[in-house]
Amino acid sequence: MATQREREPLLEVEHLMMQFGGLVAINDLSFSARRGDITAIIGPNGAGKTTVFNCITGFYKPSSGRILLSSEGSATPSDIDVLTRSGRRSMAAAAGRIYLLERMPDFEIASQAKVARTFQNIRLFTGMTVLENLIVAQHNTLMRASGWTVLGMFGAGSYYRAEARAVDLARYWLDRIGLLDRADVAAGDLPYGDQRRLEIARAMCTEPVLLCLDEPAAGLNPRESATLNALLKSIQSEHKTSILLIEHDMSVVMEISDHVVVLEYGTKISDGPPSYVRNDPKVVAAYLGVEDDEVALAGVGIAP
Amino acid sequence: MEYFFQQLINGMTLGSIYGLIAIGYTMVFGIIGMVNFAHGDVFMVSAFIALIFFLFLTQVLGFGSLVLALLVVLLLGMALTSLWAWTIERLAYRPLSGSFRLAPLISAIGMSIFLMNLVQVAQGPRNKPVPPMLNDIIVLRDGANYAVTLSYKQILIIVTTTVLLIAFSFLVQRTALGRAQRACEQDRRMASLLGIDVDRTVSLTFVIGAALAAVAGLLYMVHYGVVNFADGFVPGVKAFTAAVLGGIGSLPGAVIGGLLIGLIETFWSAYFSIDYKDVATFCVLAITLIFLPSGLLGRPEVEKV
Amino acid sequence: MPGAGLDHSSTQSLGIGAAIIDAGKAGLLALGLAVPILALRTETNLENQLILRERWDYVAIAVAVAFFGRLVYLMIPARRAAPKARSLTFNGSGIARAVAIIGLALLIVYPFLMLLLVGKAASLKWIDNFGIQILIYVMLGWGLNIVVGLAGLLDLGYVAFYAVGAYSYALLAANEPIKQFMADMIGPSFWPLWAFWICLPVAGILSAFWGIILGFPVLRLRGDYLAIVTLAFGEIIRMVLINWIDVTNGYAGISGIPRPSFFGIPFNASDSGFSAIFGLEFTPLYRTIFLFYLILGLALLTNWATLRLRRLPVGRAWEALREDEIACRSLGINTTNTKLTAFAIGAGFGGFAGAFFAARQNFISPESFTFMESAIILAIVVLGGMGSQIGVAIAAVAMIGGTEILRELDWLKHVFGASFDPVQYRMLIFGLAMVLVMIWRPRGLISTRYPSIYLKERKSVSGDLVKEGHG
Repeated sequence: MATQREREPLLEVEHLMMQFGGLVAINDLSFSARRGDITAIIGPNGAGKTTVFNCITGFYKPSSGRILLSSEGSATPSDIDVLTRSGRRSMAAAAGRIYLLERMPDFEIASQAKVARTFQNIRLFTGMTVLENLIVAQHNTLMRASGWTVLGMFGAGSYYRAEARAVDLARYWLDRIGLLDRADVAAGDLPYGDQRRLEIARAMCTEPVLLCLDEPAAGLNPRESATLNALLKSIQSEHKTSILLIEHDMSVVMEISDHVVVLEYGTKISDGPPSYVRNDPKVVAAYLGVEDDEVALAGVGIAP
Repeated sequence: MEYFFQQLINGMTLGSIYGLIAIGYTMVFGIIGMVNFAHGDVFMVSAFIALIFFLFLTQVLGFGSLVLALLVVLLLGMALTSLWAWTIERLAYRPLSGSFRLAPLISAIGMSIFLMNLVQVAQGPRNKPVPPMLNDIIVLRDGANYAVTLSYKQILIIVTTTVLLIAFSFLVQRTALGRAQRACEQDRRMASLLGIDVDRTVSLTFVIGAALAAVAGLLYMVHYGVVNFADGFVPGVKAFTAAVLGGIGSLPGAVIGGLLIGLIETFWSAYFSIDYKDVATFCVLAITLIFLPSGLLGRPEVEKV
Repeated sequence: MPGAGLDHSSTQSLGIGAAIIDAGKAGLLALGLAVPILALRTETNLENQLILRERWDYVAIAVAVAFFGRLVYLMIPARRAAPKARSLTFNGSGIARAVAIIGLALLIVYPFLMLLLVGKAASLKWIDNFGIQILIYVMLGWGLNIVVGLAGLLDLGYVAFYAVGAYSYALLAANEPIKQFMADMIGPSFWPLWAFWICLPVAGILSAFWGIILGFPVLRLRGDYLAIVTLAFGEIIRMVLINWIDVTNGYAGISGIPRPSFFGIPFNASDSGFSAIFGLEFTPLYRTIFLFYLILGLALLTNWATLRLRRLPVGRAWEALREDEIACRSLGINTTNTKLTAFAIGAGFGGFAGAFFAARQNFISPESFTFMESAIILAIVVLGGMGSQIGVAIAAVAMIGGTEILRELDWLKHVFGASFDPVQYRMLIFGLAMVLVMIWRPRGLISTRYPSIYLKERKSVSGDLVKEGHG
């Protein structure tokens, strides 16, 4: 089982608030995702789940609140305090680097804080091949290896070696998602389920500490859904990557997640292990109000 | 002070013309999301149509009444310019609807080049001076060394623009066509599912835009007293600037933007440098797009992730 | 406008009678369009008054063209069948490669081929007006292809960088103080001979620098807005060139721009000139041939750099940016820097071309850098197929060569009368061709994309999957 170090919080969201004009999409949300866990965010449609993701990954600037990522060890409260006051985006604490994500632009969250994500409506580079998608994901590593293009233009050998390593990593992930023999096909030509898995593989090629998946099982058939569960479980056990996911499919959520956060109208209504959340009367009430999800919950045996 | 008022009047006059052209840009952008690059040249064609009919009526048919001649020219010009716009939409844009996004823009640029050169070939490259007309002026205020005047031309331009804009806003707000148009602007597919003939609505949008451009063309001819085959480009870009400044897709915005561009240009020429007046307008365009991309009255666009 | 458009669907099963009625409508439409513009020509008489001259024959021709054009269109059933399958797919890169090699071989022998075919006197025109002119546009097209085709950023003001390159070269190379300084330092003959080779890279770098300056504020704009702002910048630069007379000499332009030397050997009739040194009879032809190979070399350099960049992370990031900017940011790609490099590198090649243009013309003025040039270059890129190097080259040859050839059609005067000047119709046909090619092939001549890296097999990607970018 997980060691003590792995149970420390990796991501701590504190008093997060997001307003669009007069609309409060997220209201004073606090939760944490522990290192090594699969944390699920669930909630009825329009609860603000994707908005939380967009705040964490920097696509939206939160109206207020703090999003702290401690990439290696747990930061002490005094470290956090020093960083918050300093106005800087990140600092090296005793236990490793800590980042305040709400201060960082989206691409730096991905490249420095190492938070990768997928999208609800798949965003692959459809006109590029499967392999190219995975190579683009390793942009920053390759950019350094190419001497910011200058050395690469003159055909430096070090760049070609780095590119070969990048291809090896891509090959590894293609093998993991079972798309190795489709490497040279345009990503847009893949069937839907393969595209979902490819997007996860692409995110993994950035070698993230936190992988944020926005409805990874949406539109998958039961068999594909089971493969996805296995993939996520193996990412959790074999890589140093923690997972945060939004999901509507309760079979996925209940089966793989270690921790569930439930949102409704931008507010947290429940937070705990799956077994606790599924019996929480507030969660049941929230879901009963929404017909679509009632069916989903009923399917995994939640009684009103 | 007198000088300032005079420039204000001049600027409003020029701005009215830009506003009329800007409506064509803004409506087409609103409904099919495309910058109709050839609109400036449609305007130029309309100025030529006005010129030719005006000469035909006064010289060949010997119309005595200037007002009657201008009225006939206006109606004929609106009809024929609309026919041009209708044809252009049918031939150059409609086959490309729903395809690659750059294609209609390139097609529009091609159409702009075509129209410009068609008129150059058909009418010759030289400036066409129009016989002077409506040159009487009313002295509004006689200052010590500067008189504020309002010419009949300016009255004609401002009055025509106002009347047309009222009629036009009635058309868009109160009629079935206007409703169909606004529905297509919101969601073309849904509009067609609800039984709106989207193609016809798009066609009519082009026709209305061209009709207003035709009015602008006639007024331009009266105002400047000269037309040239290359006159479509710069007024076209300025009118587009007006549409963007007002908030593209917004009809009142187009008019306000037109007036503002007219005033900026006039005041810049009057107080700074006439050489750089177009630079001033283009800078306004760039600054607006960079810092206020949704314009004064437009809706801000939210990036969907 | 010949060939009026009534809906394709309404003509599905058309008998001859219905077709004639339909064509009649097209004719009527043409009549309506042609009446004022074609039928009555405004002319200035001796008293400087405008008068009208009637030309109903032109209207008759337009109506006839519309009627018969529409009729023929309706009578050819194949034209209506299968509007799908528009992308020209080269299966396997073999054909594309063959076209490239044959094309390159032809270009290398082209000046000598022309010498053989038409002789010394006439070949000057063919090498200069066709060869060099087309190659300038090929180079500009390839330069813009980096911005539009790879990075998906729609730039309607590319001519600004062409102008910056040309004026940078002209102002530096023809600058008296620099000339004087170099004469004092190295010797009087140094600067006239080497100015081109020193100023060419400087002009490219200055253009790239301007690319960054202009690119920085505009790159967060999207789509048509980016296009219009770049157009505005292009016009602003041109107007500054017109009005800043102290530096640019305004409309009058800059003349006496030093021409390139053969690496230090001038092309003149003197004893130390190219002809004398190589023991050849003096003729201006050598300079033209040298200029031809120079622009060929510059264009190939652009091509080489583009192909190389595509295989580097920055080039892949450009293409990824064209496909999906948000996904790029989620992968840690700094999209602002990526766009700026595309803008700067594209601008740099535009600057090289501009410097070459100034050196070849010996004279430049703002007239050469109008919006029309930007439109032509963009049209070449889009018509060729965005991102396709071969497609862009083919489009440049077809569009520029095609319109240049109109200058050669003097025999048409025998058909249409002495006042007929085909050159007048050059841009008219160009505009019409742009529209028609777009309708025929909205994605350009070659729309397939070749991946920059592969595991087992290099498969082409269908153009329908490749996105066109948002900006």
